[in-house]
Amino acid sequence: MTVAALPIPSRTAEAEERPLKLRIANLSFWYGRRQVLFDVTLPVRERRITALIGPSGCGKSTLLRCINRLHDLEPGHRYQGRILLEPGGLDVLAPHTDPLLVRLRIGMVFQKPNPFPTSIYENVAAGLRIRGVRKRALLDEQVEKSLRRAGLWAEVKDRLHDHAFNLSGGQQQRLCIARALAPEPELLLLDEPTSALDPAATAHIEALLSELKSRYTILLVTHLMQQAARIAHDVAFLHLGRLVEFGPAAEVLVRPRDPRTRRYLAGHAA
Amino acid sequence: MPSVGAEGLSSFAPSAGFLRRRRLLAGLFAALLWAAAALSVLITLAIVAVLIGESLPFLEEVGLSAVLLDTVWTPLFAEPRYGIWALVAGTLTTTLIALALALPAGLALALYLCEYAPPRLREAAKPVLELLAAVPTVVYGYFALLVVTPLLQGLIPGLPPFNMLAAGLVLGVMILPYAVSLSEDALRAVPRELREAAYALGFTRLQTGLGVMLPAARSGIVSAFLLALARAMGETMVVTLAAGQNPRFTFNPLEGAATMTAYIVQVSFGDVPYGSRAYRSLFVVALGLFLCTFAVNLLATLLSRKRSHRGA
Repeated sequence: MTVAALPIPSRTAEAEERPLKLRIANLSFWYGRRQVLFDVTLPVRERRITALIGPSGCGKSTLLRCINRLHDLEPGHRYQGRILLEPGGLDVLAPHTDPLLVRLRIGMVFQKPNPFPTSIYENVAAGLRIRGVRKRALLDEQVEKSLRRAGLWAEVKDRLHDHAFNLSGGQQQRLCIARALAPEPELLLLDEPTSALDPAATAHIEALLSELKSRYTILLVTHLMQQAARIAHDVAFLHLGRLVEFGPAAEVLVRPRDPRTRRYLAGHAA
Repeated sequence: MPSVGAEGLSSFAPSAGFLRRRRLLAGLFAALLWAAAALSVLITLAIVAVLIGESLPFLEEVGLSAVLLDTVWTPLFAEPRYGIWALVAGTLTTTLIALALALPAGLALALYLCEYAPPRLREAAKPVLELLAAVPTVVYGYFALLVVTPLLQGLIPGLPPFNMLAAGLVLGVMILPYAVSLSEDALRAVPRELREAAYALGFTRLQTGLGVMLPAARSGIVSAFLLALARAMGETMVVTLAAGQNPRFTFNPLEGAATMTAYIVQVSFGDVPYGSRAYRSLFVVALGLFLCTFAVNLLATLLSRKRSHRGA
């Protein structure tokens, strides 16, 4: 029996060597009485882009928000199962785990740009300041580096102390990426980061993510199949709160094995 | 899809009569709304007109300089003096003490309710807080005179029974509900995404509250406190009962001093003959008070407008 015939899709040798950044095991989630996620098991490999795809309401964003315990902000939620953040196997969902410790290791970018109501500079520096960075030189350096990585430096370097709200939507979203990158998180969660942007800004951000993948582990929620195809290594398809299919992008998107995935992809192609 | 008539019109196209009636109704309603808005503006203008109309003869008689360049207010004496600053000082001192109490306490409470309190406590606390606003001000006044002042006298020996400290502190408690309730509304109106961004970045509650929520809600909070301030300035019973009715140019909170409102009450209740100079002095003080609260309200409007330009 060849490797390709195994139920787990084959991967290149290089990919297999990548250690796991995140182990999501048998994760279920409830909002009040409504169960939104059902027994989701998903590995996320280090310095790779893993895309979560699926129809609206399938639980993609909910899954993402479990990983940094963002659901804790709203009352009436319940987690079951495990999420381990590597290295160190930090048990993300354990009651005794301080969600702050989890969030300090993970960055997040949201659907809509949500810069803080302050200057461009202070937006990027915010994550560093709350981590106790006080030295001006270090802040300056890290702000520039993050803005460069987010592809925004050239546009804002002469007006770092302008209010962030004066930027365009696409620029604001790149600012939010820079803000998330500044504290150098181990894992970057992206929740449909281009859904509020025009095609040009979207292309810009996709190019950016492709560059970032050599340095960061990225978990990307997207409803754009083309986006997943363009930049993701691994793709997970969620349907009605269940993980239906997971594997290398080329296989899940080109040769889906589950009929639900096939139907969804066909609907998208139409 | 609606069927299409012979002329290419949808069969749902409304008749000319229907459109005319609809236009008439809309016009009628707009006129009604305009009248309501105009009425409130008219009332304000009428009040200002009366204040100015009654003040002008007085100012012509004694001169504006006698009012603005003096600090002794003795309009009922044989040799009357009209230095309004004696009353303004009382109003400013009590108002500032009130603000000194209400600002930190109000911000802390609003922040607590918004970021820390469990939702059920928050839902329960706000109506109770708003109930505080329903306590008659005369009750606050006696509370200041009969409870707060004796307590303060235990701490500060020699504190006179009428003093601006007790009046200001109770005034601060009185305006707290307004300040907290409006500030909390402003905090709650901060987009959820902003709060999430802060937490996702690893902010603690305190960092989120102070670093993101307060700045984001700044305009609303500033107007909340300025409105509360205007209320404190116009408040009458508390200061009349607790700070006394003796006009004295002083900013020392440990002394008693009449405020502008206290003087108005005093003269309104007294046997001042209609049309006399003392009678007219009432309107001058009222005009001064109106200008003070108007300035504060104007500031509130300007500050919240300046902010909204940025689209916050």
